[in-house]
Amino acid sequence: MPYIPHTPDEVKHMLSVIGVNSIDELFDEIPQELRSHLANNSLNTIPVGQSEMAVQRLLTERAMQDGTPMCFAGGGAYEHHIPAAVWEITTRGEFYSSYTPYQAEASQGTLQVVYEFQSMIAGMTGMDVSNASLYDGASGLAEAVLMSVRANRKAKSKRILMPKNVSPVYRQVVETIVKNQGITLELIDFDSTSGTINSDQLKEQAGSFAALIIPQPNYFGHFEAVHELTDWAHEQGGLVIALVNPIALALLEAPGNWGETGADITVGEGQPLGIPLSSGGAYIGFIGCKQKLVRQLPGRIVGRTIDLDGKTGFTLTLQAREQHIRRSKATSNICTNQGLMATAATLYMSFLGADGLQKVAASCVANTQKLISGLEDVAGVEFPFGKKVFHEFVISLDVNIDAVLEALAEEDIVGGINVSADSGKNLLLICVTETKTEDELTFFADTLSRVLSHLRNIELTTDGGAQS
Amino acid sequence: MTDIPQDLKYTKSHEWVRVEDDGSITIGITDHAQGLLGDMVFVELPDIGDEYEAEQDCAVIESVKAASDIYCPIEGEVIAINEELEDAPEQINVNAYHEGWLFRIQPLKENDFDALMSPEDYAELVESESH
Amino acid sequence: MSKRIIEQKAENLIFELSDNNRLSSSLAPDIDVSAVCQNLPESVLRKQKIELPQVAELQVVRHYTRLSQKNFSIDTHFYPLGSCTMKYNPRACNTLAQLPGLAGRHPMAHASMSQGVMSCMFDLQNMLVEATGMKQVSLTPMAGAQGEFAGVAMIRAYHDNNNDTQRCEIIVPDAAHGTNPATAVMCGYKVKEIPTNGQGDIDIEALEKIIGPQTAGIMLTNPSTLGVFERKIKIIADMIHKAGGLLYYDGANLNAILGKVKPGDMGFDVIHMNLHKTFSTPHGGGGPGAGPVGVSERLQPFLPVPMVAYDGKTYSWITEKELPLSIGHLSAWMGNISILLRAYIYALLLGRDGMERVADYATLNANYLLKRLSDAGFEIAFPERRASHEFILTLRKEARQHGTNAMDFAKRLLDYGYHAPTTYFPLLVPECFLIEPTETESCNDLDAFVDTMSKIREEAEQTPNLLKDAPFELPVRRLDDVKAARELDLNYYYKDNK
Repeated sequence: MPYIPHTPDEVKHMLSVIGVNSIDELFDEIPQELRSHLANNSLNTIPVGQSEMAVQRLLTERAMQDGTPMCFAGGGAYEHHIPAAVWEITTRGEFYSSYTPYQAEASQGTLQVVYEFQSMIAGMTGMDVSNASLYDGASGLAEAVLMSVRANRKAKSKRILMPKNVSPVYRQVVETIVKNQGITLELIDFDSTSGTINSDQLKEQAGSFAALIIPQPNYFGHFEAVHELTDWAHEQGGLVIALVNPIALALLEAPGNWGETGADITVGEGQPLGIPLSSGGAYIGFIGCKQKLVRQLPGRIVGRTIDLDGKTGFTLTLQAREQHIRRSKATSNICTNQGLMATAATLYMSFLGADGLQKVAASCVANTQKLISGLEDVAGVEFPFGKKVFHEFVISLDVNIDAVLEALAEEDIVGGINVSADSGKNLLLICVTETKTEDELTFFADTLSRVLSHLRNIELTTDGGAQS
Repeated sequence: MTDIPQDLKYTKSHEWVRVEDDGSITIGITDHAQGLLGDMVFVELPDIGDEYEAEQDCAVIESVKAASDIYCPIEGEVIAINEELEDAPEQINVNAYHEGWLFRIQPLKENDFDALMSPEDYAELVESESH
Repeated sequence: MSKRIIEQKAENLIFELSDNNRLSSSLAPDIDVSAVCQNLPESVLRKQKIELPQVAELQVVRHYTRLSQKNFSIDTHFYPLGSCTMKYNPRACNTLAQLPGLAGRHPMAHASMSQGVMSCMFDLQNMLVEATGMKQVSLTPMAGAQGEFAGVAMIRAYHDNNNDTQRCEIIVPDAAHGTNPATAVMCGYKVKEIPTNGQGDIDIEALEKIIGPQTAGIMLTNPSTLGVFERKIKIIADMIHKAGGLLYYDGANLNAILGKVKPGDMGFDVIHMNLHKTFSTPHGGGGPGAGPVGVSERLQPFLPVPMVAYDGKTYSWITEKELPLSIGHLSAWMGNISILLRAYIYALLLGRDGMERVADYATLNANYLLKRLSDAGFEIAFPERRASHEFILTLRKEARQHGTNAMDFAKRLLDYGYHAPTTYFPLLVPECFLIEPTETESCNDLDAFVDTMSKIREEAEQTPNLLKDAPFELPVRRLDDVKAARELDLNYYYKDNK
């Protein structure tokens, strides 16, 4: 029997110690009406147990059935090289199958890893402190919003300035999580020629607000005027929530140094730091803040302290704010961090180091520029927001984006993300990381060119060129 | 035996209240409460000038074990806070009734203090809760 | 006084192994960084290099391998940790979930390029529907707490959609896990606590008094956090439904009744499951979890998106377009898919026969261990009740007689190589241990645990300091929590640079 170690004799012995005749008798406190109902209606549709060999065959088939496409999509999930050692070590049984480190003495491994993780995130973002991680970047942004409303008591405002060049799905997640707490998300438009926050409209719409969210780079891969925006928000009595990409931070100014006094809260998706794409999860959200906000920081936090003998050790701290103690007054209902993912991210950052991470980032930028050059010659491709980007950029096309993506899928390419939304244009968001070779970039540009002319021909022959 | 000074008034939520000569009132937590909470690690006090209604939560004290809200015993405006607690929250453990005071408010209305408990009633409450 | 057998050395921080002059890792691409930066706007660039350690590959490997050895884990130790279900995490689940065709797929890959993973998710949805007796399941919540949030948010969406906006209260038993009240507040509800009676059942009279037109719903765990089955569940369900409220099932203890009784049959409208408990996904030192939600028919329109649909030929995403009343998205994509895959693989390996065995043997082990400990003279909190998959021991007698509290017992257990049981939860029982052996522990291991508990009690009688000062054999002794909270040291760089 899978994972049940008992021999028949042991079961007999155990039942006699308990003083019952069968295992079934142990369920005698469940009312019969509930049990009998089940007897006619057992777990019928679930197949019987299969051998590991059979399950391996099934999973391998399913893993292979869709091939291994070449990926040019980003939008919050990024393909990077993951050093082999990262997951070899992360999935050691001692990390993989250990419990939440409430018993500190029996969890020094996990606790020290988290302390190092917090330090690296703080070091990267220029924040004073970081927590042990959140679920993902999108829900992390929601937690940052809740935190800013709790922290900015002076503003007494529950309005959040949310630029439209924050990922649309992030905005949806924030909406889902905060909508029952009386918080308003004030959407701020972006400039149609640069894709960056429209500061005139921002100032007009601002009023009193708890926090301004600044994405860097923004959803379209472009750079915001972070220093000016940060100083402006602070002058208005609002906090600044920085939404950042950790790989980009190797080159870009840390939010802690934005403007005169820096962003107050920094949050982001940590998936680029050694976490596989896995169709969207499990990922890892990171969040850091200034020291004075530390008591508003949700989730687990590890601190360094000493033991009875004066020896250095690590322990969970500030637990009094958490749900298991504060119940209905907790800062958040969160009771997990993404432990395994935090371990993997810490390993990734350690293997790469400061130099290595800079090189990964620079290589992303260089490869992206190479593809941009390649696409400049493709008929019908325009760059509505310009070309100064980190590792994502938007092109506008003269054909329907969904049709383009479908055609590229036929060629085994994940071609990017349709960001046309309600713009009235055909906009495609493309991402290039360090994983792409020159040949692959050329192949993508050529294929896109071919797909575009093919689609144009179809449209010409079917309905005289009207866009669908 | 827990210390319950005779010259103070008390609340059900374990705050003590001292009426000062100028009519303002000083608030802290009782010796019994600090004993239950254990080592204090942080205190979050209201801002001077803030106004609170009776029984509104206006401060948080945090020990290793628990974070507890402090309720304003009567309606009033905050006129002073014990800033020293910021760096030395353990003062509450050392002396809850003197160095461990939390904040002072100016009552906004002609308050009667009838809702507050006498030392005898509070002693009874402490006694009943320990069973 | 016991002495440490081998003095354990502290492991340096990774930062202390760093040297900025070390050549950069060969794991990164070779490129001239400053040349690239010249093409980026200067105003957005860093002025100072990023703060990360610079350490060579072997030294990193060794550092983290050594750190791993400072952990207890299921692979190395027995965890009788109540309410947490620390059972074997089959290795096949990990290996297969990391197959490149699954791990390497981008979430925005066209649905036609994600049919394999979508078929796994569709199958898992259906298996969970069957196991719970609910109508439909959404896999997207990223942990139990998020599943709870989704569940209560759906209750709220349901009432709001009926313009039934006077319902502002959620009822929660006093024994409930702290996430329950925290979640209700996040959804904009007031929390009403109800007491539990001496038998561990909900106080029906007290419940009757607080139910009314303001009741939005009740959150229950069954078997409860007290390790006993709530026998009056049908009565409670009828009372709440009659008042117009909904029933929320906290699936924390679903593993105790898998294949025996379905939450849907008990009358629940919405449930969340903790897949790390029932479906053995890894705890990973604190996550990631996965907290799917299941609903009855009336809550179907409000389920969080995305989900997977199948028309007999192809799998497709169900989004807010198909489900306009959905409470929305909880994560950027469909939650913790790599964890959901592990649960799916585990479910395939177990099958329906294996799932029924989970409840059987978890309950057998719990009742056996309860009886053995009781026979050994330990006091059981609810002796007249049958244990579910877990039970509560109270060490108040030992605390009174020897001054050794539950925490001291817990810390001494660590010295003997046992992870401590859950202590001081639920809060209702003084000096308590909540013990859950799980189905994957052998009879011998349970017997050895009883022997150790008896031995520690002897120590408590003769040399109580062995408990009060424990542990002695671990990498560190008891830590100074007060110092940790007063003199916050959360970031290596903060201390050094500011």
